[in-house]
Amino acid sequence: MSVQSPDRRSGKGPAPLLEVQGLKKHFPLYKGIFSRVSGQVYAVDGVSFRIGRGETLGLVGESGCGKSTAGRTLLKLLEPTEGKIMVNGEDITDLDTAQMLPYRRQMQMIYQDPYASLNPRMSAGEIVGEPLTIHRIATPKERRERVTHLFERVGLRRELMESYPHEFSGGQRQRIGIARALALSPELIVSDEPVSALDVSIQAQIINLLMDLQDELGLSYLFVAHDLAVVEHISDRVAVMYLGRIVETTDKTSLFETPLHPYTEALLSAVPIPKYGARDRKRVILTGDVPSPIKPPPGCHFHTRCPYAFARCRHEVPVLRQALSGHWVSCHLHDDGVTLPLAKRPEA
Amino acid sequence: MPDETILEIENLKTHFFTTGGVVRAVDGVSYAVRSGETLGVVGESGCGKSVTALSILRLVASPPGRIVEGAIRFAGANLLDLTESEMEAIRGNEISMIFQEPMTSLNPLMTVGRQISEAIVLHQGLSRREAFDQAVEMLRRVHIPEPERRVHAYPHQLSGGMRQRVMIAMALSCGPKVLIADEPTTALDVTIQAQILDLMRELQERLGTAIILITHDLGVVAENADRVIVMYAGRKVEEASSKDLFESPGHPYTMGLLGSIPNLEVAAHTNSRRVRLTEIKGMVPSLADLPYGCTFAPRCGFATDKCRADYPPLVQHRPGHWISCWHADRLLGGSS
Ligand SMILES: Nc1ncnc2c1ncn2[C@@H]1O[C@H](COP(=O)(O)OP(=O)(O)O)[C@@H](O)[C@H]1O
Ligand SMILES: Nc1ncnc2c1ncn2[C@@H]1O[C@H](COP(=O)(O)OP(=O)(O)O)[C@@H](O)[C@H]1O
Ligand code: SF4
Ligand code: SF4
Ligand SMILES: [Mg+2]
Ligand SMILES: [Mg+2]
Repeated sequence: MSVQSPDRRSGKGPAPLLEVQGLKKHFPLYKGIFSRVSGQVYAVDGVSFRIGRGETLGLVGESGCGKSTAGRTLLKLLEPTEGKIMVNGEDITDLDTAQMLPYRRQMQMIYQDPYASLNPRMSAGEIVGEPLTIHRIATPKERRERVTHLFERVGLRRELMESYPHEFSGGQRQRIGIARALALSPELIVSDEPVSALDVSIQAQIINLLMDLQDELGLSYLFVAHDLAVVEHISDRVAVMYLGRIVETTDKTSLFETPLHPYTEALLSAVPIPKYGARDRKRVILTGDVPSPIKPPPGCHFHTRCPYAFARCRHEVPVLRQALSGHWVSCHLHDDGVTLPLAKRPEA
Repeated sequence: MPDETILEIENLKTHFFTTGGVVRAVDGVSYAVRSGETLGVVGESGCGKSVTALSILRLVASPPGRIVEGAIRFAGANLLDLTESEMEAIRGNEISMIFQEPMTSLNPLMTVGRQISEAIVLHQGLSRREAFDQAVEMLRRVHIPEPERRVHAYPHQLSGGMRQRVMIAMALSCGPKVLIADEPTTALDVTIQAQILDLMRELQERLGTAIILITHDLGVVAENADRVIVMYAGRKVEEASSKDLFESPGHPYTMGLLGSIPNLEVAAHTNSRRVRLTEIKGMVPSLADLPYGCTFAPRCGFATDKCRADYPPLVQHRPGHWISCWHADRLLGGSS
């Protein structure tokens, strides 16, 4: 077993498109009239992963576990508290705004609520073309051509370039958000719950579009979502987060077939499956709620809800280790080698 | 399962009279719930699921809304003929309802214990003391830890899952015959959703309450409903047992919905780049400006001229399996 950042290959070959090491983002909590710092929200508390070219990494977990913060921090839309962010092997952690500019072109974001992220006073065409203007790319005529092309590519009629955000449906707004993200021909797109607010028939349209674009343009995605079925569908590999930490990460099939973390096991069994007879499967129902990231439980963050917790879990933080080839997990059950099926230890 | 119908909606039409025209939110919907069963109602947002439910309790905002036609039969009466005070005796007592966001129906300024006991005092004529004790008992039944302490909590002091438990406690406190649950778990995380659905199943087994479970999530329906109603644009387009609906859906819309959601099991074993989800092209039509004929025709891959000319009647193709589609026989594969 090795204790390193997951998916680090033997050091040879080109650097991955994106690598994040021990990333932390803590938000200070202020109190009183002098705004004294009275605590921290440990929103992201040491996550590591890499994303290769053309690859999709899914980031899944329940609300408040730090998915959006992780996405925003790795794009440096939020200043990291600790850790390292590397793009094509270059450390961008401490770059200033001007130095970040070329990297901004490479990395774009798509949001859950396109409406909130689209300027209501700009036409759809202006919104999509704005990144080109900001980065001073191309002549106005070329920009217009590019925007027209982008509209067609995401399945919007070109006449709609003159319309304003409020005139669009939720699905169409998401298409505008995607077109805008594509304007600068990025290599990586962080999609934060891009289909969570959409009805299922529209959700399917957007998921298909994202996958087609990836094939065509060789894009890499960090796909953030709380819906495990959607994440499994679109991703190559999946990382499961709980209270600011990645608890398990591996390829999507292994995650489903042999979940090693008790939280992953519970998540999988909680997802309702649209098939008759699915109700009869054996399931793990967790008790209680996710604790607050202001005062995460000591030891394993999950021990307050884990059906298999034992003494060590309450004071010793489990490390993310490679327990099986390409399969990383942080759980004391596997400290002395992988133990399956997951079960309460006899001594506990 | 007892086969006795407890609540029946007949040809319900609830329309909204707006400046933009008449919105036919519910346009001739019929369904019946039997005692002790869970009836799932599915469909995408805006198809009329909630307005149907609110119509049952006569809670549709009027104006602009009005129930223009139909009947709602419950305990030998048509609820649409009752006076407002007769209706009040039914709401929360015989038929109760829980919503997606409990905060909208909980009073933020009152402890949960007082809210539950007020309902009990109102409907069961118990003393305040007795009602309060019963409120504690109800919190215990919905598995709220330390109910004696939590009974004094205000809604904002509870998590989303706990608040939904409180709503369920309140809704069941008077032993209703029917519980209408409108997207009860949509705002919750999936592990909390599993807890709440588990609780609803447990209470149903114990109390025999009939449940109308409204949701947009076909997975939730498959795992919880005995029978299913599929709605599209203000109408029921298919009705079947869960088994029939998921194993041999007959309406193109139902088939489309089932194809458009990723299935966890399948997704985990296929290379996503090669498996596309089935798209239902286009969007739901405006309820103020519905197309002629079958309202699904503009999005339907099987539509013919007949479909575009006339709305298809609801026909029973197999026992208990009703479909409103001109080509359902062909789509079902004729294997009946
Ligand atoms: N700007 C902020 N200030 C303080 N706390 C924040 C801020 N943004 C997010 N948080 C907190 O950080 C935690 C993680 O949030 P988020 O990353 O949005 O989670 P997720 O996307 O997984 O739902 C939450 O507890 C949230 O309340
Ligand atoms: N107060 C109202 N005024 C006008 N239209 C309304 C009103 N309430 C609901 N509607 C319309 O009725 C239709 C059905 O709504 P609803 O039953 O809430 O859908 P669902 O619950 O299936 O998502 C929608 O198109 C909605 O816009
Ligand atoms: S370390 Fe302990 S508490 Fe944490 S997931 Fe593993 S068994 Fe459960
Ligand atoms: S009636 Fe015709 S248009 Fe309507 S669902 Fe059936 S095949 Fe499609
Ligand atoms: Mg988020
Ligand atoms: Mg609704």
